[in-house]
Amino acid sequence: MSLNHFLLLSAMLFTIGIVGIFLNRRNMIIILMSIELILLAVNINFVAFSHYLGDLSGQIFTFFVLTVAAAEAAIGLAILVAFFRNRATIDVEEIDSLKG
Amino acid sequence: MVADLVFYLFSAITVGAAIGVIASRNQVHSVLFLILAFFNVAGLFVLLEAEFLAAILVIVYMGAVAVLFLFVVMMLNIDFEELRKGAMEHLPMGLFIGALILVEFGFILSGIHVDGQVHQTANVSNTLAIGQLLFTKFLLPFEVASLILLVALIGAVVLTHRRRKDVKRQNIPSQIARKRADAVELVKVASGQGAKQP
Repeated sequence: MSLNHFLLLSAMLFTIGIVGIFLNRRNMIIILMSIELILLAVNINFVAFSHYLGDLSGQIFTFFVLTVAAAEAAIGLAILVAFFRNRATIDVEEIDSLKG
Repeated sequence: MVADLVFYLFSAITVGAAIGVIASRNQVHSVLFLILAFFNVAGLFVLLEAEFLAAILVIVYMGAVAVLFLFVVMMLNIDFEELRKGAMEHLPMGLFIGALILVEFGFILSGIHVDGQVHQTANVSNTLAIGQLLFTKFLLPFEVASLILLVALIGAVVLTHRRRKDVKRQNIPSQIARKRADAVELVKVASGQGAKQP
């Protein structure tokens, strides 16, 4: 169990998140969940480096990433609910009101 | 080694749950898979001696964020089958991009060599060490993070709050400003004639 094991795991999680965005590009909830997966992969990287380099700063940064991810999820879901109220859909391809 | 076995078990379940998040047909199952992935990553954090972050992941992520997702999924009445239509035609493109990214990660990983020696930190608990760093060296980012959470809190309330037009509500100032003279009229009624309509 070395650093590279954890980095490989986080690379796989990151890739799954990206593929999830491509696969479900019409469903906004799944896209938000894929973003959560990507942030989780980043957190694994931070904590793994923090452990193997003996520097706690990585864990502090994970703390901030968690904060921002929680804020992002709350705001994203609030926007989603507001949009669903107005248009009765969460299809990403329908969200083009600003296109003019 | 037990630790190796635990690592492989947790990471296998994590990857499987992540695939379940993006691939399952039922949206609620997706959220539950997300919770499973979070839980297993919390286990990995314990393996990496980051106990505080593992607890935060369980409390904040599984307790708050994932349940928030679950609420939204259950609250909105969405036809998910309709949204999944045409997902398969994006599959080759998605797999291609994913394979590309994974290969690139492989190249990067093959260049990383950190000596396997785990540096021993000071003889204090993980939470104490994080607290000592957080409230001294990283005090300003910590305060900024609290501001970000405040903005998110107010923003979420403002975004989802709506004024309903079809509901009668109290208008307190006009109720208080009402005078007796506006509302009540004294009528002298003559006997046998009744009160006249105003």
